[in-house]
Amino acid sequence: MPETSKLSSVIAFFLILASIVTLSGCGQQQDDSNSITVYSARQEHLIKPLFDRYTEETGVAIRYITDSAGALLQRLGAEAQNTPADILLTVDAGNLWQAAQQDALQPINSPTLEEHIPKYLRDPDNQWFGLSVRARTIVYSTDRVKRAELSTYAALAEPQWRNRLCLRTAKKVYNQSLVAMLIVAHGEEQAEKIVKGWVNNLAAPPFADDVAVMNAIVAGQCDVGIVNSYYFGRLQKDDPEIPLALFWANQTQDGVHVNVSGAGVTRHSNNPEGATKLLEWLSAGEAQGLFAALDLEYPANPKVKAAPLVRAWGEYRPNVINVAKAGELQATAVKLMDRAGYH
Amino acid sequence: MLSGRLGATLLRITPRRRVSIFSKGGWRWLGLVCLIALPTLVPIIAVFGGAFNADPELLQHLQQYVLPRVALNTFLLVVGVTVLAGSLGTALAWLIAVYDFPGRRYLSWALLLPMAVPGYVMAFVFIGLFEFAGPAQTLLREIFGSSLRVPSIRSTGGVILVMSLTLYPYVYLIARNAFLTQGRQALEVGLSLGLSRRRAFLRVALPLARPWIAGGVLLVAMETLADFGTVAAFNYDTFTTAIYQAWFSLFSIGSAMQLASLLIILALLLLLTEQALRGRARYTSKASTTPPRIRLRGAHALMASIGASSVFALAFVLPFTQLLIWAVQSISIELNVSYIQATLNSLMLAAGAAGLITAMGLLLSYTRRRRLDLAGRAMARLATIGYALPGPVLAIGIFVPLASLSNTLTAWLPQGSGVITLQTTLLTLMLAYAARFLAVGHTPVQANMQRLTPTLDDAATGMGVTGWRLLTRLHLPLLRGGLFTAATLVFVDVMKEMPITLMTRPYGWDTLAVQIFELTAEGQWQRAALPGVVLVAAGLVPVILLTRRGEKSGAA
Repeated sequence: MPETSKLSSVIAFFLILASIVTLSGCGQQQDDSNSITVYSARQEHLIKPLFDRYTEETGVAIRYITDSAGALLQRLGAEAQNTPADILLTVDAGNLWQAAQQDALQPINSPTLEEHIPKYLRDPDNQWFGLSVRARTIVYSTDRVKRAELSTYAALAEPQWRNRLCLRTAKKVYNQSLVAMLIVAHGEEQAEKIVKGWVNNLAAPPFADDVAVMNAIVAGQCDVGIVNSYYFGRLQKDDPEIPLALFWANQTQDGVHVNVSGAGVTRHSNNPEGATKLLEWLSAGEAQGLFAALDLEYPANPKVKAAPLVRAWGEYRPNVINVAKAGELQATAVKLMDRAGYH
Repeated sequence: MLSGRLGATLLRITPRRRVSIFSKGGWRWLGLVCLIALPTLVPIIAVFGGAFNADPELLQHLQQYVLPRVALNTFLLVVGVTVLAGSLGTALAWLIAVYDFPGRRYLSWALLLPMAVPGYVMAFVFIGLFEFAGPAQTLLREIFGSSLRVPSIRSTGGVILVMSLTLYPYVYLIARNAFLTQGRQALEVGLSLGLSRRRAFLRVALPLARPWIAGGVLLVAMETLADFGTVAAFNYDTFTTAIYQAWFSLFSIGSAMQLASLLIILALLLLLTEQALRGRARYTSKASTTPPRIRLRGAHALMASIGASSVFALAFVLPFTQLLIWAVQSISIELNVSYIQATLNSLMLAAGAAGLITAMGLLLSYTRRRRLDLAGRAMARLATIGYALPGPVLAIGIFVPLASLSNTLTAWLPQGSGVITLQTTLLTLMLAYAARFLAVGHTPVQANMQRLTPTLDDAATGMGVTGWRLLTRLHLPLLRGGLFTAATLVFVDVMKEMPITLMTRPYGWDTLAVQIFELTAEGQWQRAALPGVVLVAAGLVPVILLTRRGEKSGAA
C-alpha cells in the first residue's frame, strides 16, 4: 500500500526529527572558567546591552537564561551544588530576600559594592545588592486632582477618594512590598484598616497591570492610583502631554516606598570572583547609569545621575528602611490583603 | 434502541476478555501504558508528595479567605466555558459539515484560526478594546455622554467569553470530523423516520457524535482548569492563580502542592464525568456513501453566513488586526535577527513535540483497544491528565526530580569531569510537553480508533497480521484524519506554551513564546505584538494544511 508507506515515512521523519532535536541538547557544555552564567528575572532587552558591553571591555563571556523569579529560585534549589548559575538577577526585594532565605546566595565581600550601594538598598549580610531603584508612588489626574489634596498612601483610604481610586492586583509583588512597608510604619492592625479603606474606595476591580491603572485615570474611570515610576515614564515618553503626574507620597513621614532590582552571587557559583567583578562593574559609572536608564529607573548608586526624563519628576525623599524588610513581611502582607478583600 | 434503528450503519462491539497482567503477554501492554504515562506520573507523584509539607496555619488562612472564592470562580468558569465553547463548536461544526451556504468553504478552515491565538493575547486585546478606557467605550461615551455605564469586560462573563472564543475550535475540529463522516447519514436516517431537521439533529446526529463532542469538551474543560495567562489578565482568581500565590508570594510549596492535588482530583472528576457522558455504548460505523450537503437558501443561508462569519470576526479578525497594528508600531524597535532564530526554535520544538506526542497518543489508543483491566484503564486515563495541570506545576514536577537525578549521577563521575544536567536538555523539554499535551495528541486519535470495528482486527488477525504490522498496515491508514488533527493541535499548543519552555529549555532555545514572556512580564504588551503576530502566523500554517486535508477526506 503506497499510502501506508508514505504515512510511515512521515511518522519516521517526525521521530527522527524528534530524536535529533533531543540529542543535540544532550551534549554537555563545559564551562570555561572565566565565563559567567546569569539567571535573570530581569528582561533580556534590559540586560543584554550591558552584558554585550562588558564582554567587549573585558573579554569575559556572559551566558544568561531568563524566567520568572519564582521559577529561577526553584531551579537554583534543585540544581544545588551543580548549578551553572553564578549570578541571580531579579526584581523586587521580596524575591531577593527569599533567595537569601533559601540559602541560594552567598555573602559578597566587596568594599566597592558597599561603597556604591547605600545600606538600605542591600542585604544586611551583603548577600545581594540593589542595582536600580523604582519608586512606587501616587499617580493622579492633573485635570481632576490638585496636588494639595494628596499626602500619603494611607490618606488614599479616606472617604474623599470613594470611587476615585484605581489599583493594580494584590497578586503583584510590588503591591505586596508596599503593604509590607505599611505594616512597618503603622502596625498590622492599622495597615489592614488602610488596605480595607483602599478597597472601599476602588472605582473598578483591581487591574492586571500598572499601565491599565493609568489608562483608567486618563479615561476618567478614576482619579488617583499607585504605580511604579518607570511605568509612568514609559507613558510620558510616548505622550509628553499626558494629563497625569507623579506625586511623591509620605514626604513628611517615612518617605516614598522604593524597591530595587538587584543581584547576588549564587551559593554554588564556580566563579564567584568573576561574578563579583561583574556586579561591581554594574554598580558604577556608565554601566550603572545605563542599567537604570534602559528601564527609566533610578540608579542605586547615588553618585550616578538618572535619565533626564526621570530627573524631571523632581527630587524625593525615599523610605530608608531596609528593603529586605519587604521580603520578611511579604507573607504577612499577602494574608492581610486576602483578609481585606484586596485581590 | 438507537443502535437497533441504525443497525445498518452501526455495530455494537462484542465484549472480549480483558487484558490483565496475568493474561498471556498482558504485561507488555500494561508496561507500554505505564511507559507512556511515566512523564505524567512523575510530576503527579511529586505534587502529592509535596502536599504533606503544608503549613497548617497557612492552610487555615487559605481555607477561610481564598478557597471558597477560587472554588466558586473555577466552577463558574469551567461550566461557563464548556457550555459556551461546547455549543459554539458543535453548532458551527454541524452547520459547516451538513449544510452548504455562501462562504462555507472558506469559513470551514477560517473558524479554526482562533486556535492559533494564545489565550493571554486574546485576553489582553479584548480588555484593551472593551474596557472603560478602551476605544469602544470611549466612542460610546462620546456619543451618549460620559454618564453612560456599560457592563465591564473584566467580569465573569467577559473571561468566559474570551476563553470560549480561543477554545471552541477544539470542539469544532473534533465534532466536524464526526459530522463530516456520519452527520449527513444520521440526518438522512432521521428525516426518513419523519423527524424535522432540528429534531433529527437533536435525536439522532447529536447522540451519535457524543463521544467526539465529549472528547472535545473535555479538552476545553481541562485547558480551562490549567489556564493562568487568560485569568491573570482578567485578574480572575481560580485554583491556578491560588497555586501561584501560595507558591510565589507566600513561598509555601507545601500549600501550593496541596492546592495542586485538589486540582488533580478535580481533573479526575472531569475525566469520570466525560466517561459518564460518553455512556456505555461504543460506536463504530461502516463507511458508506455520504449524501450531499443540504443547500440553504434565502434567509437561512444569510443567517448561516452571518452567524459563522461573526464568530470568525470576533475570535480572529479583531484580535489579529489589533496585533498587526501594534506590531507595525513597534517593528522598528523590536525587529532583529533573534526573531529568525526564535521562530525556527518554536517551529522545531512544536514539530518535534507534535511527532512524538501524536505517536504516543496513537500507541495509547492502540493499547486501549486491547480491553485492559481496571489498573490498565486507570493508568491510560491518568496519562492524559497533565492537560488540566498548570504548566509550572508540571515543569517543576519534572525539573526537580531530574535535577536530583543529575546531581546523583554527577556525584558518581570522577572529580572534575563535568556536570550532568539532564534537567535542561531537549529530551526533558519534550517529556514535559508530553506530560502536558498527551491528552491533545490522544483524544482525536482515540475518537477515530473507537470507530474502527473490532471485526476488522479479527479479520486481520485471522490473516496473520498482528502487533506492529496490524497497527501500521491496518489502523494507521484509517486513522489519518485523527492523527493529523492530533498533530496540529499539539503543534499549535506547543507554539503557545510558556512556563515549561521557560524552565527546561537548554541555552540558545529561546522561542517566540519566551520573547512574548520577556516583554509582557513588565506589561509591554504593544511591543510583544510582533512576536505575537509571528507566533500566530506560524501556528496558522499547520491549521490551514490540516483543514485542506480535512475538506478533501470529508468530501471523498
